[in-house]
Amino acid sequence: MDIKDIIKPENLVYQKSDVQIDTIMHYCPGCTHGVVHKILSELIDEMGIQENTVGVAPVGCAVFAYNYIDVDWQEAAHGRAPAVATGIVRTNPDKFVFTYQGDGDLASIGAAEILHACNRGENMLVVFINNGIYGMTGGQMAPTTIDGMVTSTTPGGRDIALNGYPMKITELIAQLPGTSYVTRQSAQNAGAVRKCKRSLKKGIQNVLDKKGTSFIEVVSTCSSGWKMTPVAANRWMEENMFPFYPLGDLKDGSKEPNLSKN
Amino acid sequence: MAKVRGAVVVDKEGCKGCGICVDVCPHDVLDLNLEVNSRGYHYSYMKNPEACIGCSNCGVVCPDTCLTIYRVRV
Repeated sequence: MDIKDIIKPENLVYQKSDVQIDTIMHYCPGCTHGVVHKILSELIDEMGIQENTVGVAPVGCAVFAYNYIDVDWQEAAHGRAPAVATGIVRTNPDKFVFTYQGDGDLASIGAAEILHACNRGENMLVVFINNGIYGMTGGQMAPTTIDGMVTSTTPGGRDIALNGYPMKITELIAQLPGTSYVTRQSAQNAGAVRKCKRSLKKGIQNVLDKKGTSFIEVVSTCSSGWKMTPVAANRWMEENMFPFYPLGDLKDGSKEPNLSKN
Repeated sequence: MAKVRGAVVVDKEGCKGCGICVDVCPHDVLDLNLEVNSRGYHYSYMKNPEACIGCSNCGVVCPDTCLTIYRVRV
């Protein structure tokens, strides 16, 4: 059978979603942002919520997310995406609001905003891309940089005595009563991408059902910042990041009932 | 036993040659081309098209969503 006989519309099994804008992304080759943008676009398309979705973009590489996903977007100051999203969701309670943040944005400068937004149980989805460094600015150490990891500001590897401990922000957030679903996923192979997509779908459904904040961490690579090829970066992540950031659900339910009425 | 054949169509200009599709392909169908596209990347191509089963693993992991997958039973 010739290839031309296979390439016919009735045999199509996988193609780019209509929600994803047909443009070349500015991300480096192999960047996890591209994969997460793609599965978010597919889910917005499949769930039919494109007209009702508002995204809040961070400062970081994903600042240009509005060029790639065809929904309404708002850009926030560095780390303040959960605060901006709080305003949007309180004035438009019927919209599906999500923030899309990196680890420098969410875990460092925006740590106060994310903790309090999750503690208030704002009805939104938080997508947290954790690659352990500040990718856009040249690979500096972030709060999530693991012990011994080489970055441009820790050329000898992160030293806990000098630089402090890496922060597991997802574990912190899982303790807060306002969150309904807290999970940690990855996107380095087809199985992981499909699992990550299921988690994002659950998070979106929780927001549509008004269950409180859903928080989804995606352990990611930054092949440029880590100075590796994309395939080697995926291997390095599996060997070094996963033992410290174990994958799986940390909380699955709904936010606590109103405590003051008990 | 019904045999499944697949085909991958690569958007040559969108591909950045990261090689993740080559890594995840279970049947060694894909490889990076020696030629480059207009932006200088060694784009992915079907080196061994006979072996493709249209599993769409490559499409699912592609960060630039430049792969379209077709599958047919023969």
